[in-house]
Amino acid sequence: MTPILEVTRVRKTFGGVVANRDVSLSVPEGKIYGLIGPNGSGKTTLFSSIVGTHPIDSGSIKFRGEEVSRLRVPQIARLGLLRTFQQTRIYGKMTCVQNLLISVPPAALSWRSMLARPSAAETKKAEDLLQFVGLHAKRHLRAGDLSFGQQKLLELAMALMSEPRMLLLDEPTAGINPTLINDLIDRLRRINAELGITLLVIEHNMRVVMGLAQYIYCLAHGELLAEGEPAAVKSDKRVIEAYLGAH
Amino acid sequence: MKRSILRAAVLAFLIAFPALLPAWRTQMSYLVIMIVFSLTWDLLGGQMGYNSFGNVLFFGIGMYVCAVVQRDAHFSYPATLALGIAAGAAAAVAVAAILGSGILGLRGHYFAIGTLGLGIAAGELAAGWDFVGGGGGMVPPQYPGALGGRETFFYYLAAALAVATFFTLRWLYGGRFGLAVNAIRDDEDKAEAMGLWTTRYKTAAWCVSAFFLGIGGAIVGNVSGFIDPRETAFAGSTYGVWMVLMAILGGKGTLWGPVLGAVIFHITKELFWTYLLDWQQVALGFLIVVIVIFFPVGILGWAREKWPEKFGHRVEEAKPAEASG
Amino acid sequence: MENLRLLFDAPILTVQLLLDGILIGAIFALAAYGMMLVWGVLNIINVAQGELVMLGGYVAFFLFKAGINPLFGVPVAAALLFVVGWLLYRVVIFRIVDKDLFISILATFGLSILIQQLAKVAFSPDVRTPQAGFGTISMFGGAVTVTWIKIISFAAALTTGGVLVWFLRGTRMGQAIRATAQNARAARVMGIDTDRVYAWTFGVNAAICGASGALVAMTYLVDPYIGLPYTIRSFMIVIVAGLGNISAVLATAIGLGAAENISAFLFGAEYQIAFVYGLLVVILISRRIVLARQRRYLA
Repeated sequence: MTPILEVTRVRKTFGGVVANRDVSLSVPEGKIYGLIGPNGSGKTTLFSSIVGTHPIDSGSIKFRGEEVSRLRVPQIARLGLLRTFQQTRIYGKMTCVQNLLISVPPAALSWRSMLARPSAAETKKAEDLLQFVGLHAKRHLRAGDLSFGQQKLLELAMALMSEPRMLLLDEPTAGINPTLINDLIDRLRRINAELGITLLVIEHNMRVVMGLAQYIYCLAHGELLAEGEPAAVKSDKRVIEAYLGAH
Repeated sequence: MKRSILRAAVLAFLIAFPALLPAWRTQMSYLVIMIVFSLTWDLLGGQMGYNSFGNVLFFGIGMYVCAVVQRDAHFSYPATLALGIAAGAAAAVAVAAILGSGILGLRGHYFAIGTLGLGIAAGELAAGWDFVGGGGGMVPPQYPGALGGRETFFYYLAAALAVATFFTLRWLYGGRFGLAVNAIRDDEDKAEAMGLWTTRYKTAAWCVSAFFLGIGGAIVGNVSGFIDPRETAFAGSTYGVWMVLMAILGGKGTLWGPVLGAVIFHITKELFWTYLLDWQQVALGFLIVVIVIFFPVGILGWAREKWPEKFGHRVEEAKPAEASG
Repeated sequence: MENLRLLFDAPILTVQLLLDGILIGAIFALAAYGMMLVWGVLNIINVAQGELVMLGGYVAFFLFKAGINPLFGVPVAAALLFVVGWLLYRVVIFRIVDKDLFISILATFGLSILIQQLAKVAFSPDVRTPQAGFGTISMFGGAVTVTWIKIISFAAALTTGGVLVWFLRGTRMGQAIRATAQNARAARVMGIDTDRVYAWTFGVNAAICGASGALVAMTYLVDPYIGLPYTIRSFMIVIVAGLGNISAVLATAIGLGAAENISAFLFGAEYQIAFVYGLLVVILISRRIVLARQRRYLA
């Protein structure tokens, strides 16, 4: 199976601090992959490098065979590679529905569409997605008035509205009510299975990532420490040491 | 229903005004131009979160271009005026597009400072350019109609402009354009991360602003009958500041707020301005500081926080799953 | 454009222009450094920066009117403006410190109008030129003349900058300011009274603006409207030099001074302000192109 995302020897430093040291990973199309590692191991930095938030020092990032490491954030997004943020980012003063209506697929954002009104189909899709993440009742509330967990769900719905090929999720369960986490895992699986969206998930909750991901990469100190099936990674001594805080 | 009655009443009032209060036609022309000022400023400042301190540039460009066309094109009066207005608007839009595609790629505060000097610089250049009369300014051609017809004629032009501005913006805000500029205001990084062509929307917004301001300038040049580079055309310290104040006062980021702000400000100003003498501009600066710090949401913004349901922000019971798909 | 040919015919003129530019550049650097300080520490872009410069100029003028050499205006303006800055912080600025840049730009914009117009009412709109005396020196057989006051101002500006650097590095308050600039929350946790730091920072900023204004008034002139160009110049210098680099600020300021002088000679002094604004737009646009190429953002 061809990889949809291929990261090869990516290196990123901030001043003298190496955040990512020659990290390589690849994610095949249609899969759910996990990215784990202790705090400060460079997971979010890697996400930012992939979606073009900052330039990388060296290495290559290919999305669907195309080199994206020199493109800027919106260009990469338009190729169908989106991320969600650890600290949610939503349009706080707009209503939930509006948040979704402006997150239509980039193909629908041509010059002509600047003056268009949201079509009935788009509105229906927005409402369906809000229903899907359980925010339908709050769809006319301002997004900024939602709780952190709800904003997280809204952000997920926005990403889905845009019909990406691949989603990078930065800690999707952080801040979500624990009783709703199983629901969310189930939804993420459905997103993957029904919509065919490839997922790469940063997750701290081991139970979640072990249950969700089909394959896991583990970062520590900016380097790739281990990779493999969940069961194998879980029992890898180096991973356990890294998490127990050898350093 | 209630809204359409209100709208009809406002329109009827605007149309009947010259007959009702003929002595106040020029005054009223300025009032409706204030509404244009404040609405077009709010498109960027309120809806998009981009402070522009240089919007008066487009007003001045429209005024000068129109005056030059009126002076140099030798058709009938209405034809040259129409041509002048169109040319003024086109020139303003062109300048907005060129400047905007450059500095609107930057984040809001860079843009704000970048626009600080635009009006003043243009005023200096105009004052030094003999083709447009230099520091002595320009005089638009005489209105050929009957005595007093000029006031009525330009009043209707100005009022039509204000109405057109209002409805155009209302229409734009209701569609994807409005959603996009609001998204840019709320979180531009997120908008980019979602793949929006942000610079395109920002530039387009500035061009829309410039378009109506350019026409406004063309009209005001004829209303005032004399164009001074620094006092009427590129009047940064009066019009340029007022537009900011009016939009914030009424409630930035709302449609009716800038209208309300312009009406309140203009009437208050006309009532009390003469008593303030030298302190007029001092009071203006003071007002901006006070409003920005203590009342940043403005009148309509305050109303929206107070009664969110009236503005459509309410919890709705979830529809049954099958009903919504 | 005949002036351009003049430059080629008499290259010595270029020396004159550059020299004047360098000497005024050091004064620009002071106000720019103050803007950088406030931007870095309070996260506020102070649009009223130039108005503080203008007030400093009036201090020198009133000393001159009272028969005192306006050169004393430099320390006096610094002291008085420190108080002004402190008060401004306590009355206005502290309310906008934690607000977004949108609010702070608008509020300081309002402040700039307020101060400018108050100055107009209080001091009249006339142009004032406090004379410090001192005469001129000639070089290259009289082809290049420099007024002593420009040289003294240059030295005074450098001295003020030196005092500022010493203050930031060597005193407790200076260290607290630098710590707050790096991480306000951490500084607060470490027991630094950030509110006091902010007040001091704004006061110090006003003080160096005041000193720079006194120098401006002596070398050129002062009227109520000179403020905005200084705000723009400061902003331009800061974004070209980057936040936090004092020698780059000085170098950029001197470059700007020289560029302004040459342009004023080429296009006429009446367009000097238009040139400053035009240059700002050019800088902003070219910066955007460069950053886009490097895949970076001007945040």
